[in-house]
Amino acid sequence: MSSSSVLFDAPGPRAVVRNRVFAVLGALAIVALITVSVVRLSDKGHLAPEMWDIFNYSGIRENIADGLVATLKVFGLAAVGSLALGVLLAVARLSDHRPVRLLATGFIELFRSIPLLITIYAVWVGLLIDHSMWALAIGLSLYNGCVQAEVLRAGVNAVPKGQREAAYALGMSKTQVMTTVLLPQAVRAMLPTIISQLVVTLKDTSLGYIILYPELLNSVRLISATTLVNGQYPYVSTIVVAGTIYVAMCLALSALATWIEKRGRRAKSGIGIAPAAEPAAAAAVLGGEAASGAVLAHEDTPGTAADGTGRGPAKD
Amino acid sequence: MNVLLDHFSDFRDGFLGTVSITAVSSVIALVLGLVVAGFRVSPVPPLRWFGTAWVTLLRNTPLTLLFLVTTFVVPEILFPGMSAFVLGSLALGFYTSSFICEAVRSGINTVPLGQAEAARSLGMSFTQTLRMIVLPQATRTVLPPLSSILIALTKNSAIAGAFSVTELFGWQKVMSEEGYSIVPVFFWVAVAYLIVTFTISGVFRVLERRLEVAR
Repeated sequence: MSSSSVLFDAPGPRAVVRNRVFAVLGALAIVALITVSVVRLSDKGHLAPEMWDIFNYSGIRENIADGLVATLKVFGLAAVGSLALGVLLAVARLSDHRPVRLLATGFIELFRSIPLLITIYAVWVGLLIDHSMWALAIGLSLYNGCVQAEVLRAGVNAVPKGQREAAYALGMSKTQVMTTVLLPQAVRAMLPTIISQLVVTLKDTSLGYIILYPELLNSVRLISATTLVNGQYPYVSTIVVAGTIYVAMCLALSALATWIEKRGRRAKSGIGIAPAAEPAAAAAVLGGEAASGAVLAHEDTPGTAADGTGRGPAKD
Repeated sequence: MNVLLDHFSDFRDGFLGTVSITAVSSVIALVLGLVVAGFRVSPVPPLRWFGTAWVTLLRNTPLTLLFLVTTFVVPEILFPGMSAFVLGSLALGFYTSSFICEAVRSGINTVPLGQAEAARSLGMSFTQTLRMIVLPQATRTVLPPLSSILIALTKNSAIAGAFSVTELFGWQKVMSEEGYSIVPVFFWVAVAYLIVTFTISGVFRVLERRLEVAR
C-alpha cells in the first residue's frame, strides 16, 4: 500500500494544469538553487579544471586508496567485533541467570546512550593513544555491538515458541537450543537489519577523522590542506570525491540488505524476515533508544501502530 | 570529582552548548523533515524526485563529512565568516531531517486509507488532506521514532565539538589535554548527556500520553 497515491485524486484537467505549473515552478526552484551554488563556487575558482586535475596524480590517488583501505580495515575489524559482542550480549541478556541478565542490560543501555565519539575518544586517550585504529575499532564495536545485541534479541524473541519447545523436548541442552536452533533462525530473520546497522558502522568509521586515524576522510582532508592549486586549497573537489566514495559504499551495502530481504520474503522457510530498515526505522541507526523501544512495543502489543509501520521484526 | 569542581564553569558552558545546538538543529531538522516528507508524497513529480534524492544522499553520507561540507563549502556559497555554531547546526539539522522525513512518511502510511479517501470525497485538496486529516493522525505514530531520532541527534551533536563548537565533547578534549584522568571526565560527560537524553525521552513520553486515544 502506498498512501501517497491515496492522498490525491487522479488529476482532472484543471489539476493536471495546476500540477504542471507546480512541477515547473518546483523544478525551476531546485535548478536555481543548484545553479546559484555552482556559480558561487566557480566564481571563487573551486570548480576550475585544475582543481579536478589533482586526481590524475598518482601520489594523490595512492593517498586516497590508502585512506580507503584504512577505512575498510577498521570497518572489517568493527564489523567482526560488533557482531561477536552483539551475539555475546544478546545471549547474556536472554540468560536464565539474573545477575548475567542485569549486567548485560546495564552494559547495553550504558554504551548505547553515550555518544559514540565520546566513547571512542575515551578509549583512545585512556587506553590506546598510539593505536588509533584499535581505539576506533573498539569504540565502534562497543557501541554497534550493543545495537546488534538488541537486534539479535528481537530476532530470538521472534522465533516461534514451538521451535524452542521442540528442541527442549528432544533433550537438547540450553546451549544447544540457543546455538543450533534459536540463533541461526534469529540471524536469518534479522539479516537485513544487521546489514543496515553495518552500513551505520561504515558511516561511523569517519569518526576516525577526529582521533587522527588516517582513514578516507582524514587523508582527503590532508590532501586538501597540503595541495595548493591556483593559490587555493581544493576543498570542494576533494570533498565531492570522498562523498561519492562513501555514498557508493553505503548504497552498495544497503542494496545487499534489500536484496536479502526480498530473497527472504520469497523463501518458504516460514521464518519471517525483517525489513532492511535500520533498527527501529532509522532511529537506532543514529543510535537512539529506539531499537528496544520499537522492538519492545512490538513484543508487548502486537497489532499496534509499531506493527503497521513495518518496523521491528516481521513475525507473520 | 576534582575535574568537575575545578572547571565547573567550562563544563556548564559545554552543557549549555550541547543543549542549544541540539535545540537549534532539532528545529531545523523538524521543519525541513516535514517539508521534504510533504514533497515525497506530493502529486508533483520533480518535488518527489527532489525528496528522494535528498533522503538518499543525506542518509548515506557520514555526518563528519557533512560537517566538513558546512565548514569549508557552505561559507563559500553563502558568505564567509559564518559562526561554527550556525554551520554545525546546519550540518546536524540537514542530516537529521532525512531521518525525520522517513519517520513522517512511514507515519503517513499508517493512517488508515479510509481517512484520506473520506477527505478526498469531501472535496479536500492534497494540502488540506495532509494538513487537516492525515498529519494530525500520523503524529501519534511518529512520536516514538521522533523521540529516538532527537536522542540520536543529541548524541551526534558531540561531533560538532570537533569542529570548534563549544559543547561537551570539546570540554572532554580540553580536560584530557590538560592532563586530567580520562575516567572521571568520561563519567561526567556521560552523565551530562544522560540528563539531556532522559529529558527528551521524558518529554516525549508525556506527549505520547497526552495524545493517546482509545482505538
